[in-house]
Amino acid sequence: MATEILMPALSPTMEEGTLAKWLVKEGDTVSAGDILAEIETDKATMEFEAVDEGVLGKILIEAGTEGVKVNTPIAVLVEEGEDADAAVKAAQEAAPAADADGKAASGGGSAPSAPAEPKRARPVAEPEIPEGTKMKSTTVREALRDAMAEEMRRDDDVFLMGEEVAEYQGAYKISQGLLDEFGAKRVIDTPITEHGFAGLGVGAAFGGLRPIVEFMTFNFAMQAVDQIINSAAKTLYMSGGQMGCPIVFRGPNGAAARVAAQHSQDYAAWYAHIPGLKVVQPYSAADAKGLLKTAIRDPNPVIFLENEILYGRSFEVPVLDDFTIPFGKARIWREGKDVTLVSFGIGMAHTLQAADALAKEGIEAEVIDLRTLRPLDTATVIESVKKTNRCVTVEEGFPVCSIGNHISAVLMQEAFDWLDAPVINCTGKDVPMPYAANLEKLALVTAKEVVEAARAVTYR
Amino acid sequence: MATRKPPAKPNTSKEELLTFYREMLLIRRFEEKAGQLYGMGLIGGFCHLYIGQEAVVVGLEAAAEEGDKRVTSYRDHGHMLACGMDPKGVMAELTGREGGYSKGKGGSMHMFSKERHFYGGHGIVGAQVPIGAGLAFSDKYKDNGRVTFTYFGDGAANQGQVAETYNMAQLWSLPVIFVIENNQYAMGTSVKRSTMSPDFWERGASYGIAGEAVDGMDVLAVKAAGEKAVAHCRAGKGPYILEIMTYRYRGHSMSDPAKYRSREEVQKIREERDAIEHVRELILQGKHATEDELKEIDKEIKAVVNEAAEFAKESPEPALDELYTDIYAETAPQNA
Ligand SMILES: Cc1ncc(C[n+]2csc(CCOP(=O)(O)OP(=O)(O)O)c2C)c(N)n1
Ligand SMILES: [Mg+2]
Repeated sequence: MATEILMPALSPTMEEGTLAKWLVKEGDTVSAGDILAEIETDKATMEFEAVDEGVLGKILIEAGTEGVKVNTPIAVLVEEGEDADAAVKAAQEAAPAADADGKAASGGGSAPSAPAEPKRARPVAEPEIPEGTKMKSTTVREALRDAMAEEMRRDDDVFLMGEEVAEYQGAYKISQGLLDEFGAKRVIDTPITEHGFAGLGVGAAFGGLRPIVEFMTFNFAMQAVDQIINSAAKTLYMSGGQMGCPIVFRGPNGAAARVAAQHSQDYAAWYAHIPGLKVVQPYSAADAKGLLKTAIRDPNPVIFLENEILYGRSFEVPVLDDFTIPFGKARIWREGKDVTLVSFGIGMAHTLQAADALAKEGIEAEVIDLRTLRPLDTATVIESVKKTNRCVTVEEGFPVCSIGNHISAVLMQEAFDWLDAPVINCTGKDVPMPYAANLEKLALVTAKEVVEAARAVTYR
Repeated sequence: MATRKPPAKPNTSKEELLTFYREMLLIRRFEEKAGQLYGMGLIGGFCHLYIGQEAVVVGLEAAAEEGDKRVTSYRDHGHMLACGMDPKGVMAELTGREGGYSKGKGGSMHMFSKERHFYGGHGIVGAQVPIGAGLAFSDKYKDNGRVTFTYFGDGAANQGQVAETYNMAQLWSLPVIFVIENNQYAMGTSVKRSTMSPDFWERGASYGIAGEAVDGMDVLAVKAAGEKAVAHCRAGKGPYILEIMTYRYRGHSMSDPAKYRSREEVQKIREERDAIEHVRELILQGKHATEDELKEIDKEIKAVVNEAAEFAKESPEPALDELYTDIYAETAPQNA
């Protein structure tokens, strides 16, 4: 009996991949554990092993094919002595059976991913980019790496430290190539000791260096939170201004896909709560690059919150020798007169999608990306609300004491007379992140919720 | 890893060998199936397979008594199967379904069974170590003679809370066995690239904690060491450290390209040191079963695993109102 070999999912966020290379050919006998092919996922090239034994009857997807969807049949395994062509035909005719599985898979197991990029994925005003600058399509992953590389070339005191940042090239491949260029003195693999190396980074900053400390994800920074807050954030104040702590703590923050309660928290509001920290959460690749460069040069501790789902997204990034973006300046992605939508980080993906949907209903939303949460550009938000008289905030974090709560309070104090409706905060739900696919979808904030909130504040 | 000493006259029995064979094979086949379901998208997120390390939990569970406790990391499927949890419930948790041990809300890394005294599945490296000592604290408090197996990896052994826990455990003579599953890698970092005193079991010495290193590819050696550790704890002598030398055959999780070690390294251990092969040889040498009888066992195990996979596919997704349940307890928990 023939068995179809399906394109495997090889990472939590993989939906499709490139079949880079076949390591077996038609007619080869394979046994469980043999490597069949090399597959490029969204972050790495992986070897794909056989789980069954048999003879490789037919290769259905040629090497080099890009964009092969997970669960597509890529080859057929037949039994010794079986006629390959007949078996392949039989297997393909029996496909409905395999299909039922496939459907269950996409219904039950598909990764929740941020909505696809709206067509005009470029902000209306880009004050940091001079007219006529050449733009280059770049992933957020590459933009972050480029920012670190440029700053490390510029300043010998900048170094990168964290788990798997050097030889493994980063757990999420953000530090790809940095060890090669800068060597083991400046790109340093640590043991799994977050509290220890975060504190060591703080000491190195006191000692005059410019550490970039990568947390494999910000969930693990909870192991280190005392050093971040009690040591990094407060020392300048406690020393009467003598001793600052120029350090960047960076890494992915928030939910990835199906990694459940202990690996899915959004810490934006936590860190934004702390005087002495600066907090950045970019959405686009250009902002990721420009803001990370600014963070590395800043004389204060900066929390730089990235997002795993956004790492693989491409955006236009200006080709400039030294492109930086100042902290505390929001960016307007879309102008509109009916309602102000305020978001940051991956929340922007939902927000831009909601704005597209609202436009079709005749509601013109103004979309603001905060980009930095501390300092917070309240002026841009207030200015916009004075025009639209309505505001919806969007974020992935928990609802209680959220960034949205804070913005609502600011608007109440400073723009009360301009508000025609109460501000609505769209957030993640008030529950630990569940693992089950259907519950995870419910727990996350969605574009649909943003659309409904916008309708509510515009009374439509 | 040193080569295995030839089993001169192993201190075991036919029944024991066959039980070990079955239990280890169940874990291996279960994990292979989980890997397959992951590839099909039925399991999501992180999924850390235990293939290669089966002898550790199977050997130690043979030294445990009913009522003893265990707690471990995210690489937990083997521990759950070995302590008698139902493969169906474990697999259905991996697929995130209602029939899973956590109703689909925990997933691969976060599963629990009060009935089997399994206190998790923990996703944060090292966090289970003080928790294990705390379980032992509760046993000592209640004076119930129980011990707690606290499993963690070579990577986790470097977390600060491990050192803090050793000190408290010895200070208060807690009946806890610290089981370091030294599979030589923490994700892509080998022990020698992360650790200055690579004999992890010796670290207990500075606190006065007894311990030893054990060949983790030999289930009989693991069981013997486990019995010694259990006796030490039950006698009220405080904690014990077992550093069990083992090896993981697969990547760290499903998305690990595993470029940090050679295929030859993995292949060599699979061929020369495999724990299941070892028991298989002992069974055949001792004429405790024929090849055909072992094949029959393989078939039975495959059937159990297939049944678990079917259950895990058929079990419905959790009801939507489960999103808001289990955040707070309504009544005081009845913890054993
Ligand atoms: C506090 C914390 N830091 C980092 C991680 C990411 N991480 C998960 S497993 C792992 C490696 C752990 O290795 P080891 O303790 O040897 O256990 P093994 O995976 O080999 O079983 C890392 C770094 C985490 N889950 N928690
Ligand atoms: Mg390890």
